[in-house]
Amino acid sequence: MSRVLTLPDAEVQQQSSPRGRRAPVVSLAIISVFVLVGIFAPLLSPADPYEQTLRLRFRPPVWEERGSWAHPLGTDRLGRDVLTRIMWGSRISLAAGVLTVLLASAVGAAIGLVAGYYGGRIDAGLMRVTDATLSFPVILLALILAVTVGPSFTNVVIAIAVILWARYARVIRSQVLTLMELDFIAQARLAGAGGWRIITRHLLPNTLNTLVVLVTLQVGYVIIVEASLSFLGAGIPPPTPAWGSMIAEGRDVVTSAWWVSMFPGLAILLVVLAFNLLGDWLRDTLDPKLRQL
Amino acid sequence: MIRFVFFRLLQSLIALLILSVVVFVLARATGDPLHMILPMSATEEDYANARRYLGLDRPYVEQYLSFVGRAALGDFGNSIRARRPVMELVRERLPNSLKLALFAMSVSLAMALPLGVMAAVKKGTGVDRVAQVVSVLGQSLPTFWVAIVLVEFVAGRWQWLPAGGSDSFASYVLPGFTLGWFVVAGLMRLLRSGMLEVLDSEYVKLARLKGVAEGRVVWVHALKNALIPVITFAGIYFAILVTTAIVVETVFAWPGLGRLAYDGITSRDFPVIQAVVLVTAVIVAVVNLCVDCLYALIDPRIRYAR
Repeated sequence: MSRVLTLPDAEVQQQSSPRGRRAPVVSLAIISVFVLVGIFAPLLSPADPYEQTLRLRFRPPVWEERGSWAHPLGTDRLGRDVLTRIMWGSRISLAAGVLTVLLASAVGAAIGLVAGYYGGRIDAGLMRVTDATLSFPVILLALILAVTVGPSFTNVVIAIAVILWARYARVIRSQVLTLMELDFIAQARLAGAGGWRIITRHLLPNTLNTLVVLVTLQVGYVIIVEASLSFLGAGIPPPTPAWGSMIAEGRDVVTSAWWVSMFPGLAILLVVLAFNLLGDWLRDTLDPKLRQL
Repeated sequence: MIRFVFFRLLQSLIALLILSVVVFVLARATGDPLHMILPMSATEEDYANARRYLGLDRPYVEQYLSFVGRAALGDFGNSIRARRPVMELVRERLPNSLKLALFAMSVSLAMALPLGVMAAVKKGTGVDRVAQVVSVLGQSLPTFWVAIVLVEFVAGRWQWLPAGGSDSFASYVLPGFTLGWFVVAGLMRLLRSGMLEVLDSEYVKLARLKGVAEGRVVWVHALKNALIPVITFAGIYFAILVTTAIVVETVFAWPGLGRLAYDGITSRDFPVIQAVVLVTAVIVAVVNLCVDCLYALIDPRIRYAR
């Protein structure tokens, strides 16, 4: 393994893809670009995402007849720069996606590890709750939260994470069950290791590959769910530039000003596609057994 | 088997009870529902009377029990906006939602079956790549955006198909396709990996040795067995379909539960949201229950696995 890492780039790629799947350079590049743009949006964006200039409403993108370089991707109903809002929106989308998945995976993995390690009643109890959670439709729960507690970034993250952890718990538990049959766990026990130590030192490291694959595959899904919620008005409330609500705002004017909803959609497509392809590749490379997830 | 069904049923009931508690607690956490019902000019006395009349002065446990009791009988109270029993609205919309879900399911199966099978048979070739691209793309496209694009071009500029409503068969095509494509990826992957495994098995080799035509080997012998793991996915698949339908129905102005939920959010009509959430959860739970029982029937190992 360590020898592979010292090889020149081109050869590493060939080495690491025994079945002819090359490392997803394009996906990684797309994700990096969106992450960087999200982080440095205040510095990079050409305008203020909240500044309204009604005189300049519905300006088309630069290549259309009335377009100008001042607003490369045009302006929306309130004269706000679409490119700027997409750049700020990538902050929201990526932050929501990553935070939600991290929260859900931490809770789910902990529950899966505990259930798998201790077994018996604890396992049975935890798995009932897990199965119950798996059958809740995510968007519906978020809808209730939005209507009752009010739509906000935190509520969206919580609403999605509250449902999503169950998937991790299920997968990690089944992995732990297989691991528990292996000799090294029995040896660790014989050596006097306690439950906490076995879980954190032996079980967790051996489930990390699976966790990484699941996390990557789910970031894309969460970004879509968050955008759907914002689109429905139950996610991140305006005027915050979230891709979902930008599409919703452009929906009524799609015939006359297609760019308002088209570009945020393309942004979602690019990011989610990149995460899905990266996740697919990670799964095939790290954990082929998971191929059906 | 009866034991299995019993425990599985119990589990669904627990799930629904947890959800009902969540819904109830959230409803009370929002603050006084009377602010929504009574006029601005209402006095303290009006509030006290209304509270007694609606039973809001009783202990929370009692209120919860009566809420669950009435919900179990299909009584979710009146819609704040439509001023009609919520259940009436749900009953009007539910068949439309189910019809759309059924159609979308057929679309996704019609796409996933050939894609999954061909991807496995021609593994590593261009066909495999195309199948992967079609499914990953479907999974990565935000459905509401696809819906908007389709409405604008196919229905608007080119006028090929209707953009909304549910009057004719043609109006099913766009929402059904949007919804169906989104769930193709999971189905297709399961099928592909299942087919790869089965095509490598002894009995498929035997069938080939016996001289069974290749087409028959693939589409009958192998596919039949590769479909079994797909059944386990059906529950999750249905839950995703139902959830995504809310978004798709909104864009296509489909008169279903999703559209009802959306109107409920925009007008803060809490009884409507409550009813849609619980009714949907019951449907998903019932489907999951059926799927699990079906699977336990096909594969007896499942019955003893828990």
